[in-house]
Amino acid sequence: MEASTKPSLSLNIATNPGAPGAREAFASLPMRMTVSKLNFFYGAKQILFDINMGVADKKVTALICPSGCGKSTLLRILNRMHETVSTSRLEGQILLDGQDIIAQDVTSLRRRVGMVFQRPNPFPKSIFDNIAYGPRINGAKGSIADIVEKSLRHAALWDEVKDQLHKSAYDLSGGQQQRLCIARALAVEPEVLLLDEPCSALDPISTAKIEELLVDLKNLTTVAIVTHNMQQAARVSDFTAFILTGQVIEFNPTPHLFTTPGDPRTEAYITGRFG
Amino acid sequence: MSSNGRVRWRKFVSNFMMTMTGVCALISVSVLFFILGYLVYNGGTSINWAFFTQLPKPTGEIGGGMANAIVGSAKLLLAASLIGVPIGFLGGVYLAEFSGSFVASIVRYAADLLNGVPSIVIGIFAYSMVVLPFKGFSALAGAFALGVMMIPITLRSTEEFLKNVPNNLREGAMALGASKSKTIRTVIIPAAYRGILTAILLALARVAGETAPLLFTALGNPYWNRGWTQPIASLPVMIYYYALSPYEDYHRQAWAGGLVLLALILIINIVARTILARGIAVPRS
Repeated sequence: MEASTKPSLSLNIATNPGAPGAREAFASLPMRMTVSKLNFFYGAKQILFDINMGVADKKVTALICPSGCGKSTLLRILNRMHETVSTSRLEGQILLDGQDIIAQDVTSLRRRVGMVFQRPNPFPKSIFDNIAYGPRINGAKGSIADIVEKSLRHAALWDEVKDQLHKSAYDLSGGQQQRLCIARALAVEPEVLLLDEPCSALDPISTAKIEELLVDLKNLTTVAIVTHNMQQAARVSDFTAFILTGQVIEFNPTPHLFTTPGDPRTEAYITGRFG
Repeated sequence: MSSNGRVRWRKFVSNFMMTMTGVCALISVSVLFFILGYLVYNGGTSINWAFFTQLPKPTGEIGGGMANAIVGSAKLLLAASLIGVPIGFLGGVYLAEFSGSFVASIVRYAADLLNGVPSIVIGIFAYSMVVLPFKGFSALAGAFALGVMMIPITLRSTEEFLKNVPNNLREGAMALGASKSKTIRTVIIPAAYRGILTAILLALARVAGETAPLLFTALGNPYWNRGWTQPIASLPVMIYYYALSPYEDYHRQAWAGGLVLLALILIINIVARTILARGIAVPRS
């Protein structure tokens, strides 16, 4: 799809008087996904309130907030993983390339919008079979071995595992397992990759490797990442949404959000007054 | 009592109880080893090549074997697995992956009850369900009785092992675009299959030694078996009749039969453990 036909963001972005020019440039960016007027419930409990935001094409968008305020829920809604909970209820509209994701077939949506989870979750299979899983079930054309190599290279794991592709995925370290999961998600060539606190179970060195990788992934796909680590959001993302108690407080280009926050609550959070 | 006396008393109680628990542990294993030793001794001296290759000799003649019963037991177990394993396995998949918790709790309870039903009652059930309507004892009726006994073990263990597969593997597969049924087929069952297969083999080992449900279903037969609708010989039933007979030679045959049955069950157990030890297991976290 041409970039010009993608819906651009026309949302109520928090006013940021310090950087009007940047905000206008941001507002006209092509959005891969847009969320508008989203309200979300588990049973009678409302988790998300009137969410408006977007995921910019070929950029990294970060969702930050203190724990338990609904950022993971928001991320899971983007590929409808919330539907595994039977009491969940959703109002509002989520578009992927201008099409409503709720109206689509859920399995083909998830092929386009991949996800990497908080804890590495490799399948009890070999490294090769883990990566090959997605292409195989989706009937990929071409050589599976080529897809596996390409995906592992994209996830910066190839050099470490190329001689042990048929070993168990559990023989890898936690950080390698998480990069394996990223490679597994990339193997189905998703248009959007969602990452739900991918580094929270990892040591600093593994975290640094994955952060490096995320920046490179922008050339390949569109990335949305949930993190409770503000520094991580500042390091890897182009746009940041600050979420508090189920509401988007501010959604702005990352440098602006961190240097000249448009909302006092954002400022309070990023300066470490709470969270 | 002085404090010194109390310490001595405590030490005595401690040593006494430790000795008692040790003795009880020894008794429980020695019962098993006594049975094993007695069986190996008596069976080992009675067993010979003819036992595996020849039919039973008529009463009064020395020699012969239980070839028909060995083949019969194998056929009965095969047919019982064909009846019990698919039903138990698919039922377990339903319980673990699809049913609500209310339905699951009822089915689980019923399966536990069925598991506790005495095997002779299962035999009566098979008698009235298969033997009476078809007017005759048959291999099929025996396989039916054993198959029914395999259902609850297979069902419960399938459910348990599937439930133990971590949920994040389900999410991982679904996030790659796998449907629920594909997730179950390609990730959940492969992750659990070793446990399920082991449980099925143990269920098989359990019914392999059952006598009561076969007495009035498969009946027994001193000749080669003549098809599924005819009575069929089996090791446990043969052992039962031979052990009750007044002839010394028959007793020896019964011992040999017991040894073969034991060896069969041992082999099944070893195979089950070998399966558990290989392949890639989901690590416990």
